[in-house]
Order: sequence, then structure tokens, then C-alpha cells
Amino acid sequence: MTDDLLLDVRDVSVTFDGFRAINNLSLSLRPGEMRAIVGPNGAGKTTMMDIITGKTRPDTGTVRFRDRDLTRLDEPSIARLGIGRKFQKPTVFEALSVSENLLLSLKGIRSPFAVLMARRSEREHERIAHLLQLTRLQAMADQPAGGMSHGQKQWLEIGMLMGQEPDLLLVDEPVAGMTDAETMATADLLREINRTRSVVVVEHDMDFVRALGVTVTVLHEGSVLAEGTLDEVSADPRVIEVYLGR
Amino acid sequence: MNPFSTHGTRSFRGVIWMAAAVVVAAGGLAMASLLPEGNPLHASAFVVSLAGKYLAYAMLALSVDLVWGFAGILTLGHAAFFALGGYAMGMYLMREIGARGVYGNASLPDFMIFLSWKSLPWYWWGSDHFAWAAFLVLAVPGVLAGVFGWLAFRSRVSGVYLSIITQALTYALMLAFFQNGLGFGGNNGLTDFKDILGADLHAPMTRAVLLVVTGVLLAASLLAARFVVGSRFGNLLVAVRDAENRTRFLGYRPDQVKLLVWVFSAMIAGLGGALYVTQVGIINPGEFAPANSIESVIWVAVGGRGTLCGAVLGAILVNLGKTLFTAWLPEFWLYGLGLLFICTTLFLPQGIMGLWRHVRKPAPEEVTPEVSDTQGDET
Ligand SMILES: Nc1ncnc2c1ncn2[C@@H]1O[C@H](COP(=O)(O)OP(=O)(O)O)[C@@H](O)[C@H]1O
Ligand SMILES: [Mg+2]
Repeated sequence: MTDDLLLDVRDVSVTFDGFRAINNLSLSLRPGEMRAIVGPNGAGKTTMMDIITGKTRPDTGTVRFRDRDLTRLDEPSIARLGIGRKFQKPTVFEALSVSENLLLSLKGIRSPFAVLMARRSEREHERIAHLLQLTRLQAMADQPAGGMSHGQKQWLEIGMLMGQEPDLLLVDEPVAGMTDAETMATADLLREINRTRSVVVVEHDMDFVRALGVTVTVLHEGSVLAEGTLDEVSADPRVIEVYLGR
Repeated sequence: MNPFSTHGTRSFRGVIWMAAAVVVAAGGLAMASLLPEGNPLHASAFVVSLAGKYLAYAMLALSVDLVWGFAGILTLGHAAFFALGGYAMGMYLMREIGARGVYGNASLPDFMIFLSWKSLPWYWWGSDHFAWAAFLVLAVPGVLAGVFGWLAFRSRVSGVYLSIITQALTYALMLAFFQNGLGFGGNNGLTDFKDILGADLHAPMTRAVLLVVTGVLLAASLLAARFVVGSRFGNLLVAVRDAENRTRFLGYRPDQVKLLVWVFSAMIAGLGGALYVTQVGIINPGEFAPANSIESVIWVAVGGRGTLCGAVLGAILVNLGKTLFTAWLPEFWLYGLGLLFICTTLFLPQGIMGLWRHVRKPAPEEVTPEVSDTQGDET
């Protein structure tokens, strides 16, 4: 069974200075699946992504991606395996233009010497044009990314994520700072991406989660509290207590 | 806020002009030095060697700007690479003296005889060949930078800690080179050179040629640096400078990125040191002094960090200032330099190049984000 899984997080725990941020967490994802993760602030959602992407090493437990044990790899190796990440706080390269940001993200050349010798190919041109169109940032292609609004940076980072062509996308609070219309457009975009890739998305915005229409995992104090459709988990008394008793 | 974030598309067209200006100026001065003494345009040997020294310092400044301006590594030890290049060239110049030294020994430099050494230590082998010396000028700083950078960047040492260990590196080398037993002439260093490739180092023609060679190599270094920072690798460097962690999640290894530019930069510094020695005529452990590295950072800050041209301008202007100032009020130069640095940081954060941009474009490059048509107003 486990062979069918794309991602398998098993019995993972992490302690920061005696504080258990992740507590015996298990979570798995089938290829092609999209999963929404919700949970109050401090539930450990971002830390879970840190563990999958190699930023934080778990104290115990395993993280498998296909047949690889991610706990033994560093961030660049995990990224090259095909796991992309969008950060909670949008992080783009502010001094570079939007298209330069996208160019650096494109799957392919990674060794410093190869980067030094690289010239922008026709294919790369097309990829960037396509990403600019998807993220609706054509008008800003040559503007420095640092001058953009929060929402635009979010979109640029999603564009960079797509540029990497990962098999699994980890998306941390993508609609923070977006208007309702943008939020819905982002949900559409993620559903579109999910046609070819697997996605884990963390979000507080319930309208957004509803628009995704996927299985929801509720995280609380570092472990899974409930899992199911949005209607199922919102009817779960434990979930209601966690959210109301905050 | 990061002062670079408003530059956006970074073009370095000015660098080509700067490279051309350096070659023309060096060539012009070299020709002027060959005019007869009475000619009003005649440039004295003093002026020629001073100009050569400034251009060599400009190479050091350029190397500092590459790592500080583009990779965010505030090096406080780059003079070490400069001095090592200088020593590599100095070894060759020592061997060129041959039997014309005080002790008249064709195979051993004077200071070794003074130490009663009987034969050349192994690391002096081959130093009588110019080509080998030229190789060492690049290889020694390159290899040291490679080892140092590999250790430092791999263990993710950065910021002020990295600055401190670069300072420690140059300080340790200074102490080592002061030792007579190391075989580099102790505190006297290497000096009393006679000729280079058979040409008399004191002849006006040789000095003129050396100045031109320095100008050409500085211009070549500028263009090479422009190629590096103007390439996709330059974008990656800036990405690493501003958001190192983010680059890891894209699959890049920032330690390798920094290592590549660090080694390249050390080689440019070494080349500058070698050219310096041919024209100044001496290299001693004082060149490793921590203050030298700090001064080179100030040149870059004054000229404008992250612009390449600014490094060259800053090195030349500050050193010109130093020459004039020390002739006038020698004790106060360090205070003057300190004041200059403080004023630059406070009033000209982008140095002379920033001022230049400001003059050319009175409305500064304010970024007005155009909201694309499909998007509404945001936060
Ligand atoms: N590097 C760290 N050091 C110490 N505590 C941390 C660290 N990272 C996260 N935490 C703590 O772990 C808990 C979970 O944080 P996080 O994963 O960011 O929550 P969420 O993303 O669900 O809001 C929080 O209490 C946070 O303070
Ligand atoms: Mg979070």
C-alpha cells in the first residue's frame, strides 16, 4: 500500500527548546492528490513544511517521498527531487525583476558554472512568458520585484513554484493579503495546477478551502486532530472546540 | 530597506566606458612619461609609479566589490590575497636579481644567505621562471580562497562572523610573514628588485610599459567582472545576497555560488598585488595589515558598492586624496579617512556612483508598481 504513496510522513516529532511543536504527526498523500491543511496559529503547519523540505530535522519519525527518505537530505537536494515550496511570508528576490525571478526558478540549470555560462534559451523565453500570463504579471515583467504589492509577490512566488515544475507543491497561506476576487482566482489556479501535480496547501481562509473542494486535515498542537471533507471536519466537536476555545 | 532593491534591472554599460577610460588614461600617462624632461607634458617617474599603484589598488577594490557588492560578503581580509599575489611576483623579481645582490650569489636571494641557508626551500623552486610566477599569482590566492571559502560557506558562517574571520586570516598571515624562518624575507619583505623579463625596472620605458599593462589588466578584470555579474550567475549572486535561504528551496547551493565568486575575486586581488609590486618595488608583511583590507572596503563604499565602476573610482580618488593629504597633514589621514567613511555612509549610501545617477536622473528611480489590469487594489 505504502508504495502507492507520494508523500508519507510517519510518527514525526520535533521539539524546540523543550516545546513539542510537532507531536507524533502522520500524514500521507497519494500521487495527484491535493490536500488542505487547516489549524489554529501555532498548530505546527509551517514547521511540518520545514520538515518535509529539509529545513528542520525531525527528532524522530520518517518522511518518505516516493522511495527516498527526506530526513537525510538537505534543502537543495529535496528541491531537486521535485518538491517546491511557497513560503508563508512571500519571499521573492526583490532586487531582481519579475522575469529574472522566474528565470532563476525554471527547472534545469543549477550548478554555479552552468549558471555562469547559461544564455536565455527560446524555451526559457516561452516558459517565462507563459508563467507571466498565468500569474497576470505581464505588465510588471521588467519591474523590480521589490516594488510589488503583497498580493503580487504571492502570485510571483506561485509562478516561481510552477517554474520549478515540482511533482509536489507545498503552499503556505497563499491568499493572505489578497482580495476576495484574487483569493478565488488563486483557488482556480491551484486546482489547475493540481491537474498535473500534487499539492499540499495550508490556509486559514475557509472560503478558499471550500473553493478547493479537497480533503482537509486539521492540525492541532502538532498532530492530526481530524481529517475528511470540510463539512465533516467542521461538524467535528473536537475541531469546533479547538477553534472556539482558542 | 535594502538600497539595492530599487535598481531592478541592473545594467553595467558604464563598465565598458570605465575600462576604456582606464586604458586611455594609463596609455596617455605612459606616453607623457616618455617625453623629454623639459616638455611641459612630461610625467615624472614618481607620477607614473603612483598611477600604477592606484590602478593596482583599483583591482583590489574591484575584487572587494565583487564579493561585498554582489554576494553580500563583507570581507575585511582581501588585502591578504593582494599581498599573496604580490609575494608570488616578488619571488620572481628576487630571483631576477641573480648574482647582482650584495652577496653575489646567483641562486640564493640575499636574505637567505643572511639566514645561512644553503639551498632554496622547495616553495621557491621554479620562481626564476616568469610563467610559473604568473601562475602562482593567480593560483596561490585562488587556492587559499578556495579552502577558506569552502570551510566558511559550507558551515554557513556569514555576516559579521565571516568578516571577523577574514580579518583573522589576514592578521595570521601577517604574523607568519614577519617570521624570518618562513623564507620570505621577514619584516623587510622582498625588495631591491633590478629587472623584469630582462628589462630594467628603473628605466622609463619599462615603467611606462608596466603602467599600460596594469591599465589593460584592470580593464580586462572590469570586463570579466561585468561578464560575471551581468550574467544569470550575477542574478543568482544577488538572490543569494538578499535571500540566501530562499535559493536553497529552488535547488541552488548558495555555498557553491559564493565560493565561485570568492575565488574569482581573490584571483583578481592577487593579480593587482603582483602589478603593485612591479611598480612599487617592495612587498613586505605590512601589506597584510588588517587596516589595508578595511581601507579597501572604504574605497568601495566611497565609490559606490555593487557598481564595479564605483570600486575603481573610489580606489583612485581616495588614494589620490591620501597622497595629497599625507603630504600636507600626515598625522591626520586616518581621521580624514574615518570621517570620509562616516559621511559616505550617512549622506551618500550609494557612493559617488549614486550621486552620479542622481545627477543624471534628477527624479530618482522610484518604483511605481503598475497594477496589472486584471488585479484590483491590494493591501
Ligand atoms: N525554529 C523554531 N524555534 C522555536 N520555536 C519554533 C520554531 N519554529 C516554530 N516554532 C514554534 O512551533 C510552533 C508551531 O509553529 P508554526 O509551525 O509556525 O505554526 P503554524 O504555521 O501552524 O502557525 C509555534 O509555537 C512556534 O512558536
Ligand atoms: Mg504558519
